[in-house]
Amino acid sequence: MINLLLFPIILPFFFAIVLLFFKENIRVQRSLTVIGLLAALTSSLFLISKVKADGVQAITLGSWPAPFGISMVSDMFSALLVTTTIIITLFVVVYSFSSIGKERERFFYYPAILFMITGVNGAFTTGDIFNMFVFFEVLLIASYLLIVLGGEKRQLRESIKYILVNVISSALFVITVAYLYSVIGTLNMADISVKIAEIGQPGIITVIAVLFLIVFGVKGSLFPLYFWLPGSYAAPPIPVLALFGALLTKVGVYAIIRTYTLFFVHDIGFTHELLLVLSILTIIAGCIGALAYFDLKQIIIYNIVIAIGVILFGVSQMNESGLSGAIFYLVHDMLIKGALFLLIGIIIYVTGTSNLRKMGGLMKTHAPLGWVYLIAAFGLAGIPPLSGFVGKMLIVKGAFEAGNVVGSIIILASSLVVLLSVMRIFIYAFWGKPVELPKTDRRPYRSMMIPSVVLVVLSVLYGVGTEWLIPYMSDATDVLLQPSIYIDAVLKE
Amino acid sequence: MKTNDVILQTTTKVVFFIIFLFSIHIFFAGHYSPGGGFVGGLLTTGAIVLLLLAFDLKTVQKALPFNFTIMTGIGLLLALGTASGSIFFDVPFFTHAFSHFNLPLFGETSLHTAMIFDAGVYLVVVGAAITMIQTIGGDT
Repeated sequence: MINLLLFPIILPFFFAIVLLFFKENIRVQRSLTVIGLLAALTSSLFLISKVKADGVQAITLGSWPAPFGISMVSDMFSALLVTTTIIITLFVVVYSFSSIGKERERFFYYPAILFMITGVNGAFTTGDIFNMFVFFEVLLIASYLLIVLGGEKRQLRESIKYILVNVISSALFVITVAYLYSVIGTLNMADISVKIAEIGQPGIITVIAVLFLIVFGVKGSLFPLYFWLPGSYAAPPIPVLALFGALLTKVGVYAIIRTYTLFFVHDIGFTHELLLVLSILTIIAGCIGALAYFDLKQIIIYNIVIAIGVILFGVSQMNESGLSGAIFYLVHDMLIKGALFLLIGIIIYVTGTSNLRKMGGLMKTHAPLGWVYLIAAFGLAGIPPLSGFVGKMLIVKGAFEAGNVVGSIIILASSLVVLLSVMRIFIYAFWGKPVELPKTDRRPYRSMMIPSVVLVVLSVLYGVGTEWLIPYMSDATDVLLQPSIYIDAVLKE
Repeated sequence: MKTNDVILQTTTKVVFFIIFLFSIHIFFAGHYSPGGGFVGGLLTTGAIVLLLLAFDLKTVQKALPFNFTIMTGIGLLLALGTASGSIFFDVPFFTHAFSHFNLPLFGETSLHTAMIFDAGVYLVVVGAAITMIQTIGGDT
């Protein structure tokens, strides 16, 4: 099966198309979505084992020889991200059954999710820079639908900003690819890497590297370019927010990691130093935001910004510990952000508000929710047996090895801020004097709890089972550290 | 005052078929000369828009009783199906096949699966464009 690496992309796409035919039938929509995601999950698990056994999988579409056709490449890094993406989507979809509401379900909600997953998985798997642009558009256009679906006033206002920012950054993406193409003359990522190594990264390539950083920085919310994120992400309903928070910014991060480990590795003193400074500023800006708000959504949204900074800080070290820490932290962050958004969604459902000051004493009425939230919060902050620990530890280790003492101390201090910000939610919402809760149905609460709890359990297993995951992570790191593995896999002959 | 569009409507009835045939021509010519699914689809859309201008939305819906959302879906399925066909022959995704056939009426003809893909593009373009125009133009 040489086409195995395409299945996580094709299957959601196929099911999304089929769902277009059953617009009004909600039961069919739900069951086909779950079936499609399960099938995609199975194929992506097969893909991981295949990549583990046989090394990097590459295929050039249409049987064309390698640099001329569109190559799709699945190394361990992208295979892990694809699997995580599908897992999170699966839980978010189950969560939406009881929370998104019939009106939205009848208006292409599930097809939009599946199209978005097609785009996300495609962007993770592609080996062609222009094809990456196309998959970015696939996921963005689906996300435009998801952010505006429902048509509340706030959604309409924020979706205008969101679309405007993304259209501009997409245009810049095309311009950047055009520059790169005019200098290098190829679009295949492995081939670009070879050609850049041949000419030894002159100044213009460094300029293009910075342009790529700006483009992907807008998509992935890097420091001066994250301004659109807090407003836009707070607008859509919680399941959509969970998908966005867990997946969309991470695609930008993946693209930065890919380009900065495969293309622009010959002038690290400038490009990666810039990335380092920006990532530290991102962390600081995120920390300020996370402490400033008394709104559940905003606190977790600013935690996304912090996590982006931490991951990219790990990448900017360009050594083994830093990169493998970044990969560990990236997968962890996708899982835990998904879980946290689902959990605060339940808190908002129960209390009927997202304002922390109007909550209190939930521990008496909703104890399981409290404990699960506490575990997720500790996992986010990186308390040892839980999932956030290993990644951040490796990142800090890498930074000390590279001699960035100040940076590592800022990372460690940011963990405290993260812990403080999520514990504040815990203290305000679960302790203290009980406030009067609006009357809510117990059934949706239970059916929303199940996917969230399973996701938290998965993230705990991810933390506890680190030892078992290390061979996979080191495979992923090897490809990032040695672009020759990637290049050889694509340009075989 | 009641306007009378008899000249516009009569001209439309003739011109519609010319545009439609031209769009089909453009669509089939795509492999060897400028054209293809996208322009062909847009030209067909243009023909239908002309109908919409000359008559009203309801008449056109009665004349062309398609669900254009479904049409988009069918187009996507055609495109994906053509590309996925290669999976069953264990060659890379999107590998096309072509051959020469001796068709009864056309004689020696070369047929290529890329044309089925193009037909998918054509249906998607027509379906999506008409859906947009109908949604914006309609009352609901």
